[in-house]
Amino acid sequence: MPSDAGPSDGPLIKVQDLRRTYLMGAERVAALGGVSMSVQRGEFIAVMGPSGSGKSTFMNMLGCLDQPDSGSYCLEGEEVSRLGSDELAAIRNRLIGFVFQSFNLLPRLDAVANVALPMIYAGVDRATRMSRATEALAQIGLAGRTHHRPSQLSGGQQQRVAIARALVNRPSLLLADEPTGALDTRTTAEIMGLFQQLNRQGITVVLVTHEPDVAAYAGRVLTFRDGHLIDDHRQRPLEAVA
Amino acid sequence: MNTFDAVRSALETLRASPLRSALTMLGIVIGVAAVIAMVAVGSGARDQVLRQIASLGTNLVLVGQGSIQRGGVRLGAGTAASMTEDDAVAIVREIPEARIAAPYVRWGLQVVAGNQNWQTTLYGITPDFVEARDWNIPAGRSLSDEDVAQANKVILLGQTVVNSLFGGGDPVGETVRIGSSPFTVIGVLGGKGQNTSGQDQDDVVFVPLSTAKRNIPKMAKSNPRFVHAMVIKMAEGADMDEAQRQLKELLRQRHRLAPTQEDDFWMRNLSEVAATRDASARALSFLLAAVAAVSLLVGGIGIMNIMLVSVTERTREIGLRLAVGARQRDILMQFLIESTTLSVIGAAVGVLVGVAAAILVARLAGWPTLIEPDSIVLAVGVSGVVGVFFGLYPARRASTLNPIEALRHE
Repeated sequence: MPSDAGPSDGPLIKVQDLRRTYLMGAERVAALGGVSMSVQRGEFIAVMGPSGSGKSTFMNMLGCLDQPDSGSYCLEGEEVSRLGSDELAAIRNRLIGFVFQSFNLLPRLDAVANVALPMIYAGVDRATRMSRATEALAQIGLAGRTHHRPSQLSGGQQQRVAIARALVNRPSLLLADEPTGALDTRTTAEIMGLFQQLNRQGITVVLVTHEPDVAAYAGRVLTFRDGHLIDDHRQRPLEAVA
Repeated sequence: MNTFDAVRSALETLRASPLRSALTMLGIVIGVAAVIAMVAVGSGARDQVLRQIASLGTNLVLVGQGSIQRGGVRLGAGTAASMTEDDAVAIVREIPEARIAAPYVRWGLQVVAGNQNWQTTLYGITPDFVEARDWNIPAGRSLSDEDVAQANKVILLGQTVVNSLFGGGDPVGETVRIGSSPFTVIGVLGGKGQNTSGQDQDDVVFVPLSTAKRNIPKMAKSNPRFVHAMVIKMAEGADMDEAQRQLKELLRQRHRLAPTQEDDFWMRNLSEVAATRDASARALSFLLAAVAAVSLLVGGIGIMNIMLVSVTERTREIGLRLAVGARQRDILMQFLIESTTLSVIGAAVGVLVGVAAAILVARLAGWPTLIEPDSIVLAVGVSGVVGVFFGLYPARRASTLNPIEALRHE
């Protein structure tokens, strides 16, 4: 479900000389030391690198959760690196879907309410929220689990609910941070298959992982080290067995 | 996020941990209930005092015979035998503000009717007395000047006496005896209830002053014009302090007291006594309400405490909400609405408990309580403010969390 919004000709993401420094006590740590790259619509990208390589900072930048000290970030042709927190919230709400390693479902809400959460902040009325969330759950194969709480679902099912939540506002970018880190091999394959399927439907996926097995499903792999993008190559993705 | 969704979400959150929510509300429940119940007790007490003031009659001064001193030994109230009916006449004549000066004698004695008897207080009075004290005569008639002039053996009975001797039946026309003298009941006095000292004002009988002096043996004194005391009614809106000063001067002059001598009479302004009691009832009211308000404050601190815990516990939730597009003010509102919902529900329960407590106190302890609608509005309003105020800090803390750190929070 690609978004119709924004100019569709340019790249979805264009970052130039992105820099970010953190203060750790008295010490300055360069988490990103000038990263430039761009992402076309419909790509499936894996971001790899050891911990401390800057890949998480890079993802937070792409997700508009963090802002660069310098450099530029254009998302759908709009410069977002200097926006205020309310505007960033609106962009996260409209253009970006997040999937986390630990799912981050709200334990007291059932599956459908969890999926509907982003629409609350998009100002969608309750009836529409419920019908769209139910629909999103059906799309990822959880039609029969709409009123289960997260604790009543398996890890794979929980991650599917989280993916449905990430997709429900029809974002143009799906950001996944170690989405299979808490899952077993078989479930990992299922979830990766789901990402591929969504990607084929047009959504751009950027996924952080430190597992080469997971990165193998992507069509392009970015490798970070010490705050720099040291490798960017395309590959023939591994086809998930449905 | 609209307010309706926010309230709904707050209710769901609070329902998810019912025990904690209930305990948090308990502070507000107790606070609101305490305010309402305490104000009801205070108001009830004040209301009683105000009714007593009304029952006393306004602008009244009591003057009575005082003590005499012999060689430095004071011989107790009433030993001076100084007041006379002539003083009363002089007061009305000399003091412009004095409308009525009603002299009386009073004595404790037994009244008998049939096979019933009752220990009560007898007042020997003139018709002025009934007027000065604003007594109603719901049955029969009052004393007349003729009754006094002819020393008729007629009697007016207070409600308590009627109930004791006649079991509440109509006594008018019946005969009661005092010692060996029969008296005809000509009327019944309206009820006045307790006075400010807690004495039953209805436990009295009235007979003409002249009759009292003539027929009641102990009343016989050397001076036939002698009275125990008098009720003086001043003009409406009179300057009571000035009137009392004039009264004192007049009596000292009439009793030929040298400037060095002490007064041989006492003087009391009834509304003064009542005003003092009203002031203390007011102070009591205020004190009770203040104590109750403190418990509301404590309830508010309880809410803040739990909201801070809740913010810490739900740090990841906050991070997630920020990630999926919540603005800072959405998070702020969410937590503010949660704390306000807690306090408002607590207040609603508190109103019920408070009203029930006020009613129970009235029933079980027999205290007069008066539930003030104002106190309910105030208590609920204040607890709403408490919810917002004590929710603000935790909510601000939640809304200013860094989403990245919040998402990583364990």
